[in-house]
Amino acid sequence: MPLIKPSPNNNTIYDVLIIGGGVVGCAIARELSKYRLTIALLEKEIELAFGVSKSNSGIIHPGTQNKFGSLKGKLCVKGNKLIRKIAKELGIDFKEVGELIVAFNDEDIEHLKDIQKEAKRFGIAKMKIVDRAWLSKNEPNLSPDIVAALYVPSAGIISPYRMTYDLAENAAKNGVEIFTDNKVLKINVLKNAQVPFEISTTQSIYRSRFVINAAGLFADEISKLVGVDDFTITPRKGQEFLLDKKRENLTNHLIFPLPSKESKGVLVIKTSDGNPMVGPTAQSVNDKEDRATDEEGLNTVLSFVKRMVPSINGHDIIAYFAGLRPVAGDDFIIRHEPKVPGFINVAGIQSPGLTAAPAIALMVVDILKNNGCRLQKKKIFNKFREKTVHLFKADRKKMKRLIKEDERYGDIVCRCEMVSRKEIEDAIDRGARTLDGIKFRTRAQAGRCHGGFCTTRILKILSEKMKVPVTALTKRGRGSIVVMGERKV
Amino acid sequence: MIKRDLIVVGGGPAGMAAALSAHEHGVKDILLLERDQFLGGILNQCIHPGFGLTYFKEILTGPEYADRFIKKITAVKDIEVSLKTFVTQLTGKKVLTSLSPGRMDEIKAKAIIMATGCRERTREMAHIAGTRPAGIFSAGLAQKLINIEGLLPGKEVVIVGSGDIGLIMARRMALEGAHVKAVIEIQKVSKGLVRNVVQCLNDFDIPLYLSHKIIKIHGKDRVEKVDVARVDENFCEIAGSQFEIACDTVLISAGLIPENELIEMAGVVMDKKTNTPVSDKVNQTSIDGLFVCGNAYQIYDLADSVTKDSILAGKMAAEYIRGKL
Ligand SMILES: Cc1cc2nc3c(=O)[nH]c(=O)nc-3n(C[C@H](O)[C@H](O)[C@H](O)COP(=O)(O)OP(=O)(O)OC[C@H]3O[C@@H](n4cnc5c(N)ncnc54)[C@H](O)[C@@H]3O)c2cc1C
Repeated sequence: MPLIKPSPNNNTIYDVLIIGGGVVGCAIARELSKYRLTIALLEKEIELAFGVSKSNSGIIHPGTQNKFGSLKGKLCVKGNKLIRKIAKELGIDFKEVGELIVAFNDEDIEHLKDIQKEAKRFGIAKMKIVDRAWLSKNEPNLSPDIVAALYVPSAGIISPYRMTYDLAENAAKNGVEIFTDNKVLKINVLKNAQVPFEISTTQSIYRSRFVINAAGLFADEISKLVGVDDFTITPRKGQEFLLDKKRENLTNHLIFPLPSKESKGVLVIKTSDGNPMVGPTAQSVNDKEDRATDEEGLNTVLSFVKRMVPSINGHDIIAYFAGLRPVAGDDFIIRHEPKVPGFINVAGIQSPGLTAAPAIALMVVDILKNNGCRLQKKKIFNKFREKTVHLFKADRKKMKRLIKEDERYGDIVCRCEMVSRKEIEDAIDRGARTLDGIKFRTRAQAGRCHGGFCTTRILKILSEKMKVPVTALTKRGRGSIVVMGERKV
Repeated sequence: MIKRDLIVVGGGPAGMAAALSAHEHGVKDILLLERDQFLGGILNQCIHPGFGLTYFKEILTGPEYADRFIKKITAVKDIEVSLKTFVTQLTGKKVLTSLSPGRMDEIKAKAIIMATGCRERTREMAHIAGTRPAGIFSAGLAQKLINIEGLLPGKEVVIVGSGDIGLIMARRMALEGAHVKAVIEIQKVSKGLVRNVVQCLNDFDIPLYLSHKIIKIHGKDRVEKVDVARVDENFCEIAGSQFEIACDTVLISAGLIPENELIEMAGVVMDKKTNTPVSDKVNQTSIDGLFVCGNAYQIYDLADSVTKDSILAGKMAAEYIRGKL
């Protein structure tokens, strides 16, 4: 089943149209696909998850460090619970690794106790303050200067893009029509009409009864299209640095400093694929596409994390990136807009938006219900998805079986991350169209050689399967063309 | 589990020389594993001349140099070549696991020679700041795209690093009609051979900026420009010296790193800085009967020197198998 449908049927009248194919839009799509609705999801990029959802820390936060009574806090705690079930249904790897918020002195310990108290009010369970002896035993690489930590076992890790892709794939299986490369340019609101919204994109015109704005960094601009302009989104940049997989066991938990007002601070992160990661920074920027990293960012991050884990070394860095948090004030903005009946804003979804996404989806269902959308559960909702195979995660027995079943599993394309031809072809069948899309889905090119060896092979497979010349292929859509022509003969 | 006398991992000049030499020194059961679909390794994409001067006393291109060994290997029946075979695991007991289309094998050998070559240092390892658009290639990848795939990586090019690979690629891009706007070198002198500086840069009017570095890469979708600055003795940017070069492509040629993740996995004592085995004798590791040769052992300037030392590796493995080492 092709995930990305070609040109839309213009006569369709959608009940709900979702703008934005990030984790939030896709979580909403999947939740709504449980109901008897005609649903479309529009994404401006060539693939899903190419916005905020591709570059973040991948942490399923337990909900500590949020103000009591905030929407962020409430949805984070709920999302943390919901994700476990979703991960099982969709075959997404979720690991509950737990987090340690560390203290360097007695004053810090008092601060930890405050966090613990606040977190208890949210209903976060099983926290405890652990002492030096516990830390020495369970987290040997931690700085000896750390005297205690707040241990929160319910923190977990997930691959943010694979979560987005898998939610979308399951939504599509249950009938949601997904259109990528479709940027919303204009929304016509017809007052008092049965079908009030006419959405013009770079590709077509769509008509819908309800519109959900989950456009991430651009949610303010989408909202403006219907005349709601009481918030603006300011990107807050976070630079992150990935370490070699060889250092997989650098820490056993997520390591947090005490939070500041601005952010949760610079962390030592475990990622779902094994590479440790350090970051993120937090700096407000103007440009919604400014994903540049800089030396200052690197130095800031290293100096912070070395205080907690001294053996972290700049030489172990194999990759880095910057993500932009879509910030609109202190909290999420999730609401129906009475001025424009049928229009729902899901904006300002900064951290912990990845964690909160499934809870946000439930909240949106409620908002729809309360605003005249008829919701009737489908008789048949297929909640399962077959787990994607990753050779590097398979044990020997499974590996042997896979290779026997399909010889392409034995044909290794990416040597650093051990990704086979079969996995690359599967990724394309599931919607990958670009080098980055292949990387996010399979990890090919994400290892220590950074695609130096496998890029040519991946280009050829993409070109063969998509039936386009290599010269038309891109790194991530738009003008990101990989090679600029054929050699003259 | 399959049992063999000698396994050679890697079918480049090092692995081929080692296998041939081991055979000449009496080993009769040799398995040569290569992940690519051809023997020859990186030489296949080095279509420029300059190989063979010391070993063959002739000037050959990379593929010609490789071909002499490939012909010999195919003529020796005792050397079994297994292409498209990727080694995923190696233990201290000299058992390795290999994958190839349709099969997975576990093989134990009396001796193993690792000739896995090297990889290139990446832009990330050089910590070059900026964005991550399309158009940033390692020099080796660019070479492969042009020479093997017949594709042109870009048109307006800046090259980072003036080692031989950077120099050769400057000329190669220029020959394909690209405008090579600069070669940027952080050191005071080029690390490349003098003849390469002359023949690859001077003859093509390509400017070489010594004591300079790229400060930042710009561009959202494709590379748009780079910021360059002069550096002082400590490689720090000299204030006020910054300027920009518009380009659509950046090639990174910032050095090579031996590929030794497998021997590290097997428990060989490693020098973390160079990513090579700690040893007091060429080709040797801390595990008896496990040898490393070619660029995996150390980065060589010339393929001819790789051949010379790898012949020794073959001899050492043969002696080990006979119980003499
Ligand atoms: C550095 C960093 C670290 C983070 N770490 C964590 C973490 O550890 N845990 C956690 O829970 N959260 C974390 N977050 C937050 C989390 O990443 C976000 O909250 C979440 O990804 C937001 O998802 P989204 O779907 O709202 O946005 P996006 O993923 O940006 O999705 C919006 C989509 O809308 C599309 N779009 C925009 N305009 C249009 C248009 N006109 N037409 C069509 N489509 C359009 C965009 O292309 C985009 O794909 C982090 C964020 C950052 C930046």
